[in-house]
Amino acid sequence: MTAVLSSSAAEAPLAAPAGATTRTPALPVAFRSLRRAFGNGADAHTVLRDVDFEIRAGEVLAILGTSGCGKSTLLRATAGLDSPSAGSVDIDGTPVQGIDSRCAFAFQEPRLLPWHTLRANIAIGLPKGVSARDGKAKVARLLDLVGLTDFAGHRPREISGGMAQRASLARALARNPGVMLLDEPFGALDALTRIKMQDLLLDIHRAEPTTVLLVTHDVDEALQLADRIIVLGKEADAGADSGAASPGATIVRTVTVPGERPRDRGSVDLARLRASLLETLGVDGH
Amino acid sequence: MTRLGNPYVTGNSVADGHAAAVPATPADAARPDSPAMVAGGSPANGWSPAGILANGWARLLLGLIIPAAMLAAWQVSTAAGVFSIVQLPPPAMVLEAGLDLLQRGQLGQHIAISTQRVLIGFAAGASLGLVLGSLVGLSRFADALLAPTIGALRAVPSLAWVPLLILWMKIGEDSKITLILIGAFFPVFTTVSLALRHVDQNLVEAARAFGLKGVKLLTTVQLPAVVPAVFSGLRLALAQAWLFLVAAELIASSMGLGFLLTDSQNNGRTDRLLLAIVLLALIGKTTDALLGLAEKWAVKRWA
Repeated sequence: MTAVLSSSAAEAPLAAPAGATTRTPALPVAFRSLRRAFGNGADAHTVLRDVDFEIRAGEVLAILGTSGCGKSTLLRATAGLDSPSAGSVDIDGTPVQGIDSRCAFAFQEPRLLPWHTLRANIAIGLPKGVSARDGKAKVARLLDLVGLTDFAGHRPREISGGMAQRASLARALARNPGVMLLDEPFGALDALTRIKMQDLLLDIHRAEPTTVLLVTHDVDEALQLADRIIVLGKEADAGADSGAASPGATIVRTVTVPGERPRDRGSVDLARLRASLLETLGVDGH
Repeated sequence: MTRLGNPYVTGNSVADGHAAAVPATPADAARPDSPAMVAGGSPANGWSPAGILANGWARLLLGLIIPAAMLAAWQVSTAAGVFSIVQLPPPAMVLEAGLDLLQRGQLGQHIAISTQRVLIGFAAGASLGLVLGSLVGLSRFADALLAPTIGALRAVPSLAWVPLLILWMKIGEDSKITLILIGAFFPVFTTVSLALRHVDQNLVEAARAFGLKGVKLLTTVQLPAVVPAVFSGLRLALAQAWLFLVAAELIASSMGLGFLLTDSQNNGRTDRLLLAIVLLALIGKTTDALLGLAEKWAVKRWA
């Protein structure tokens, strides 16, 4: 089923009408023996270790894990906002060095410039070298996609948190990203808005079938949105109780989520998977 | 600036977003003398103190009470003969001296040359302060390299530069404008470099993630974020510029309001001396008010 999705993703650039704003094709991402430690010497604190994983082009990957396990660090390394202590992140075969223009980031907070209108904020995401006319058309199309056309001229403080987060997604999309990096983008929203935003993200992925790395602490969100889920955590046998320095988190579980999207939120299969994932995260599923 | 956590706080509707913005701009709210502050957020109406302060004309009249009282006291004391005419000539005599100079075509010249010096020196000093302040505020390397030197230069009293400037640039426009430039530079430099260190790092990181860097990052994110600080620096700088103008003109000049001061002192023309002081107060306040209008607009634009 993931194969179906990724093949449709690969065709998308061809399907884009000629003359329209060109789309960057979805790109594959690989973590290669990635390690990240903060501090030096005795104070060194390993956050991530031995992260090896390949994400297919056009795939939606959810990264689950408890708080502080290095989910965001992994995402920031992919964007080039942070550099690994060892190993690398490869996008389409070339390692990330510095801020990578093939990625676009949406943060947990919208982080919109308060003195700009939504239209101008979204335009910040446009890649370099886009003509003013193409840029304007692209921003208008994205405003429409996220349902903010009527609020294009508003400032961020004049709209709700959910709307601001939609603008933040549109800004990321403006970049024609080969890889979309979403760091708990719906974590600060109320439950109803969050469900609407998840549906919107699926619509967006259908319209712009890029590779998506979604960091979340919400198991249901991962099950709704992702093709595959990786769980970051500390391996039980890696000296957790030995008193040695923390060995850092790594991928402890990989799950392929069954079923086509949009998935039935009440499905029995998903409920079983949900309980098992919660157990992996150290929470009782009942 | 950023939205975190509580959806009930962050999820304000369009309607209440506007309502919150109505009473005052953020800068107004931050200024202790603003109507919103005095009113304590209560609706401005009727004859309450808040209602009066909310009316622009009423505020203006209120601000004119003390100058009018001073003028009256001046008139009464001179009419009663408390001071001799040499010590304190009556207001009418000062006005007459002004009209006399105006008719001779000298007053306009004095005002024009002084204003020109202030504006050029202020523009140059403020621009330099903005550029170096940005550099020191954003780059740790520039901070380590430049901040000690600039700090030491600031410690030099302004008048100490005068002999050197005259020696290097002769007595002319250059030395005066340079002195004013020095005066205008430091307030802008200090406020901008300090404010840039406290720009919301989340916004900067987001902009960097979208490929903004260097000058583009500065003009898109960092400078707009410190607009209120830039303007408080500019207003201090403008006041300093007038201060340094008089210092420059007192020492060596043949025209300008500072020259009018020394020249009148030497000739015992207290009426012209007072005229120069009143004019400095009026023009200084006018330029500050104009800058204040620009500030109001800019803060609204970039808040």
